[in-house]
Amino acid sequence: MIPGHFEYHRPTDVASALGILATHGDEARALAGGHSLIPMMKLRMAAVGHLVDLQAIPELRGIEVGPGRIRIGAMVTQADIIAHAGLTAAAPILAETALMIADPQVRNMGTIGGNVANGDPGNDMPALMQCLDASFELRGPEGARTVKARAFYESAYVTARSDDELLTAVSFAPTGGGYAYEKQKRKVGDYATAAAAVILTRAGATCASASIAMTNLADTPVWAEAAGAALVGTPVDAAAIKAAVAAMRAAISPTGDNRGPVAFKHHVAGAVLGHAIARAWSRA
Amino acid sequence: MNDQSPTRDERIEKLKGLGASRRRVEDVRFTQGKGNYVDDIKMPGMLFGDFVRSPYAHARVVSVNKAAALALPGVVAVLTAEDLAPLGLHWMPTLAGDKQMVLADGKVLFQGQEVAFVVAKDRYTAADAVELIEVEYEDLPVVTDPFKALEPDAPVLREDLAGKTEGAHGHRRHHNHIFTWEMGDEAGTETALSEAEVVAEETVYYHRTHPCPLETCGCVASMDKVNGKLTVWGTFQAPHAVRTVASLISGIAEHNIRIISPDIGGGFGNKVGVYPGYICSIVASIVTGVPVKWVEDRMENLMSTAFARDYWMKGRISATKDGRITALDCHVTADHGAFDACADPTKFPAGFFNICTGSYDIPVAHLTVDGVYTNKAPGGVAYRCSFRVTEAAYFIERMIEVLAIKLGMDAADLRAKNFIRKDQFPYHSALGWEYDSGDYHTAWAKALEAVGYKSLRAEQAARVEAFKRGETRKLIGIGLCHFTEIVGAGPVKNCDILGLGMFDSCEIRIHPTGSAIARLGTISQGQGHATTFAQILASEIGLPADDITIEEGDTDTAPYGLGTYGSRSTPVAGAATAMAGRKIRAKAQMIAAYLLEVHDDDVEWDVDRFTVKGAPERFKTMKEIAFAAYHNAIPGLEPGLEAVSYYDPPNMTYPFGAYICVMEIDVDTGVWEIRQFYALDDCGTRINPMIIEGQVHGGVTEGLAIAMGQELAYDEIGNVKTGTLMDFFIPTAWETPHYITDFTETPSPHHPIGAKGVGESPNVGSVPAFSNAVQDAFRAFGHVHAHMPHDHWRIWTIAEGLGLHA
Repeated sequence: MIPGHFEYHRPTDVASALGILATHGDEARALAGGHSLIPMMKLRMAAVGHLVDLQAIPELRGIEVGPGRIRIGAMVTQADIIAHAGLTAAAPILAETALMIADPQVRNMGTIGGNVANGDPGNDMPALMQCLDASFELRGPEGARTVKARAFYESAYVTARSDDELLTAVSFAPTGGGYAYEKQKRKVGDYATAAAAVILTRAGATCASASIAMTNLADTPVWAEAAGAALVGTPVDAAAIKAAVAAMRAAISPTGDNRGPVAFKHHVAGAVLGHAIARAWSRA
Repeated sequence: MNDQSPTRDERIEKLKGLGASRRRVEDVRFTQGKGNYVDDIKMPGMLFGDFVRSPYAHARVVSVNKAAALALPGVVAVLTAEDLAPLGLHWMPTLAGDKQMVLADGKVLFQGQEVAFVVAKDRYTAADAVELIEVEYEDLPVVTDPFKALEPDAPVLREDLAGKTEGAHGHRRHHNHIFTWEMGDEAGTETALSEAEVVAEETVYYHRTHPCPLETCGCVASMDKVNGKLTVWGTFQAPHAVRTVASLISGIAEHNIRIISPDIGGGFGNKVGVYPGYICSIVASIVTGVPVKWVEDRMENLMSTAFARDYWMKGRISATKDGRITALDCHVTADHGAFDACADPTKFPAGFFNICTGSYDIPVAHLTVDGVYTNKAPGGVAYRCSFRVTEAAYFIERMIEVLAIKLGMDAADLRAKNFIRKDQFPYHSALGWEYDSGDYHTAWAKALEAVGYKSLRAEQAARVEAFKRGETRKLIGIGLCHFTEIVGAGPVKNCDILGLGMFDSCEIRIHPTGSAIARLGTISQGQGHATTFAQILASEIGLPADDITIEEGDTDTAPYGLGTYGSRSTPVAGAATAMAGRKIRAKAQMIAAYLLEVHDDDVEWDVDRFTVKGAPERFKTMKEIAFAAYHNAIPGLEPGLEAVSYYDPPNMTYPFGAYICVMEIDVDTGVWEIRQFYALDDCGTRINPMIIEGQVHGGVTEGLAIAMGQELAYDEIGNVKTGTLMDFFIPTAWETPHYITDFTETPSPHHPIGAKGVGESPNVGSVPAFSNAVQDAFRAFGHVHAHMPHDHWRIWTIAEGLGLHA
């Protein structure tokens, strides 16, 4: 657990950070909270010649809660998200999800930008961002652009972000209605065996809209469009939940690992989603 | 006239002796981050070692190219087996009579095996150099399954043993076979089994796991070339044994070796053995003439140092129709990994596994254990248990449950029906032990009453009905365990390690002002010896525990002892402490009589003083006596007040306990929740109830980990699948439930203060309780047995197999 040699950079604005990334190309990596990258460096599974620490860049911080749009800077920590009353009022699923990430020490360092940009299928925020239909702001040498969370993830650790770009913020609309982030894990600090993000709205006795996304059940987060659609227009009864679970299962492709074999994961994904839908509906 | 205040009770309280919940004196430094561990030791000019380890589980080492590493600035040396061979140090003896490669000698036998040792000026350079060493390997077929290892055409793992049909423990019948150990009456057991009304059979696997102490293993070796003295600070659970072994291996005279165990961050058996890192550091210090530090990281600790368990236990148990047990047979296939490096007493290659008749009066039994080599790390240590006792306890407590299912009996009733009765002690077991004392029925009744056993069973039955009606997806499991430990190794007549008898020792010096220092042959790794041994002594010699320093771990100052593991410190060194204290008191009595101008027999002991019989107002306190020992010229008595005792225990001690776990299990997800955990321990005389409670909490939490997820898993080509704490389950405060602790107190009749030892009982007793809870939850649906660990997917698999997901 001793990393190899690296140069440490601590820029104070995004332009400088992009400059360092451009200068060193493949040799450079941006460092947010460090909870994925630093262990990889210590295991010497990641050789990073130039580490670009984003901690000292004020423009990457800040949570803005507007009437139609919420914007969260990339270097906002999970602890910041949990502590922000305005954000919790406008989109309570953010804090509910952040509280299921690791432990307080990790949440004090871990950032939303690092969590969504790394492309680790085990991370919780990417599925939530897909569930929210969030947008990711990217800045690179060519300027700024926006990519939808639902179009961002290509495969494990491979995303729409180029190596010379920084993910600077995420944004999404405030949520109404019911929500739930349900996660099964082996212990505090573990990645999900299966997790489900559910946001839905209610009109009278039936479901008016629903969005469902799953964590760690494929090599990318899975936005299960058909699963959400299966709830719309129903009273979210057992039959509707069963249909949503079936649609979700058709969209995931888990692999076997120490958390269990594929059949188990399919089963647990269904159970976890069932619990999440029931909880979200009870809050709608 | 002497002052009669304070009162006798006040004087007893002031001593903080036996039975006092005295606060741990160690915690002042530990809670302030001021402990002094091996990695805190820094010496001028100190170099750092690091290992090149094998990525393969079985491969021939074709070549090792050091050139690029040696060219790196700051690299001082790179050692391989070739360098150690001229010194005869490329292999080392294990504690089990086998030998083990220090550095790969022609081949590697497990993933993570030490191949080369780099010595560099700093830790970073050492790690960089490790990457630069090019090792060429040639794959060999891998065997990780002990049953496949014994097939006729299995690959030969230990080429060094080719043609050797005799090992340290007798005949070897196959090239991967280590030993067969047999106990008991085979013919009598077979007869009883064949004539029995009911026979239950099951194969019970206790999976491979690892003690995983918070602090990993390491050392600092310092060879002083001027005075010829070698000093080694290390994470040693048995520093004196390490000194003797180091002397025998290296040829350095034993008086020129000083072993120091500083503060140790947990051992749990992991730090009993000798590891290649120690040998390489010592050699490197001798070669370079400067101190060399080696401290392994977490992955190295999990992958290469001593594992625990890995016992396949095939059992048959018979009974009458009404549940009276008539016989027990057990055959164990024991996976020892690449080298037999178990830390068992020499005559016990399977430890004290023959305690596997448990708490029960079983008239006849038979046991065989086959030790087997595989391409896995060596070890087989007692992870917070006496040697192989937790395997034995798990085996018998599972077999009792399996038998209860076969008989259609309540498992609590079946246990009570077969317990050794109080009037049967000392009890001679069918497999050769003499249990010292016990009162199992009382403890069991107290435990069942405490948890409300009858109503729990009623609630469980109602839940099963509700589940069948589709009203819930959760079941209730009630996990029972009544365990008997065997600790305190042990009597020198049958217990030794590498020929060293397993006595222990205490040396006491009373200072003139009435305070004291006591040194012991043991070494605390967090057990609180500095607190509890002072309490034993306080009650024996009448000086306050707060005025007694306890020191361990430095072989230049402490008396010789075999160290701390197997809950032996209190049974053995604790007894030595009491006996040494009694020697002090005997001399103090003569001094007191002289000072009081009466005959020796005319004074009597009273808490902290000797009084004249019939005249309690005439007395001398121990404080006064201590000063007199250094001040008065007493005819016929040497000055000073010191004593030493080497204690050879007449027997083991047999702590026992009754543990009950109530668990809720989600049939769909395999998620479990501990609703209640009750632990009743009988460890004989209780020295410090608060420390006992702490030990029980820690041990039950380890048991929770082992039963519910912790394992060292290997894939079929010998890769360790659980080599980090992401996958190797260590519960956090979040997963750890509330524990209810309770006790009965049945003193050991042969121990000077009646204490039996407690540190390991909670690990031994809790694993069966957790596992039985899981299995019991599914009993109503026809489930009999499933292997641990009971992580979510394996619990789900039980439910799936029973058709509960349909």
